[in-house]
Amino acid sequence: MKESEVPQDTSSLGENSLKELCYAVNEKGEYVTALSAGWEPKTIVQQATLDAISVRIEEAKQQVEQGIVSPIVYYMELQRMDLTTLAAYVKLWKWRVKRHFNPTTFNKLNSSILERYATVFNITIEELKTFGKR
Amino acid sequence: MELEFKHRQAAHCENGVASNLLSNQGIEISEPMAFGIGSGLFFVYLPFVKVNHAPAISYRPLPGLIFNRLAKRLGLKVKRIKFSNKTKAQQVLENTLENGIPCGLQVGVYHLPYFPDEYRFHFNAHNLVVFGKNGSDFLVSDPVMETTTKLTAVELEKVRFAQGAFAPKGQIYYPVEIPNHIDWEKAIKKAIKKTCNDMLAPVPIVGVRGMRMVARAILKWPKKHGVPKANHYLAQMVRMQEEIGTGGGGFRFIYAAFLQEAAQKLNMPSLNDFSKEMTQIGDSWRDFAVNAARVYKKRKNGEDVYEQLSKELFDLAAREEVFFKKLKKAIT
Repeated sequence: MKESEVPQDTSSLGENSLKELCYAVNEKGEYVTALSAGWEPKTIVQQATLDAISVRIEEAKQQVEQGIVSPIVYYMELQRMDLTTLAAYVKLWKWRVKRHFNPTTFNKLNSSILERYATVFNITIEELKTFGKR
Repeated sequence: MELEFKHRQAAHCENGVASNLLSNQGIEISEPMAFGIGSGLFFVYLPFVKVNHAPAISYRPLPGLIFNRLAKRLGLKVKRIKFSNKTKAQQVLENTLENGIPCGLQVGVYHLPYFPDEYRFHFNAHNLVVFGKNGSDFLVSDPVMETTTKLTAVELEKVRFAQGAFAPKGQIYYPVEIPNHIDWEKAIKKAIKKTCNDMLAPVPIVGVRGMRMVARAILKWPKKHGVPKANHYLAQMVRMQEEIGTGGGGFRFIYAAFLQEAAQKLNMPSLNDFSKEMTQIGDSWRDFAVNAARVYKKRKNGEDVYEQLSKELFDLAAREEVFFKKLKKAIT
């Protein structure tokens, strides 16, 4: 990459984007550092990733409302977590967390377990329990 | 309390922290040099591990490895401490700062408040330096940021004790013993050899063989998983290659910069040619990213676009195989 070709496609993803350091070759063929404001292909894949997350969150929301899964699934997606990450945060075995995805099991959970989830999701137990019920 | 610490922005967090910590100890070392001596260039494909719901592809070795190799090759002693107790973790950090030592920290990215939204994922192998405490705020030099920043004690605790893969466990590290004399030539040659061996490793998922495996997989993705998923996989691959930290082209440009610097340090002009060739390879990786992003954007694609991408990747693997074989010969 030549220094003059360091991309400056200002990212459309928000104004607090940071300028990234790149290594590029100057006219004399020497490596120098240059700041890049963004690069379109990168913005495309980042936007794609954010979109995919939004889709997952929306799907989870609908499934909670239809009583297919428990609110834990929705908040897990909202926090961009997967089963492994969530299990590590609440310090439970994966198979237990997976069971809690089931609404029937979820409704029987005691408050100390619910508290763990609520703390990780940064919400109250009330919010966790009532999500999707209207 | 604020320790004297010169913040320099870097492309990649681990090399950046390494180069900043060492420079502050009087060993002038650039980011590419730290990256090169740590044998940071790598490629691995882990189809059975899923990251962001896509197979894991990494352009770098395991977190911590670059710094450890760098330290070993330069003859430094590095102290690393992990914690299970959060209060103790903060205490030890504060004591170390009080003794006048800036500390490198491994942290999780997701809870870093100064990171833009599109970078906030549960990635736990980020590195930064804490170089002081002002009231209740810790002074932070995050190598990917243009300037230094601050984190409150609560925020710092959250990122130090992020959970999941590569959980940092509050890890801090700092050099404790600096050698009087550094044999740069030995270190650089050893490091280059290691990189060549890694990239040419007789393991199907590593180095150029790993690239070929991905190239074959790209052909299968649309049939096996459907077009949306195939495109999602491609997008994740490009993210790993171009997102923050790689300096573009999956670290190829940083490595080319290292080879150029090494040419001077070892007085081996032939390395300049290798640097030029690596730059061209890096440019081709950028082209691959452009094409992959285009495939993603168009959404509806014939099979030939995947064939095209696969061919591009095979081509890159072939060029890198030739490159590293030549480099290995030249260095011995």
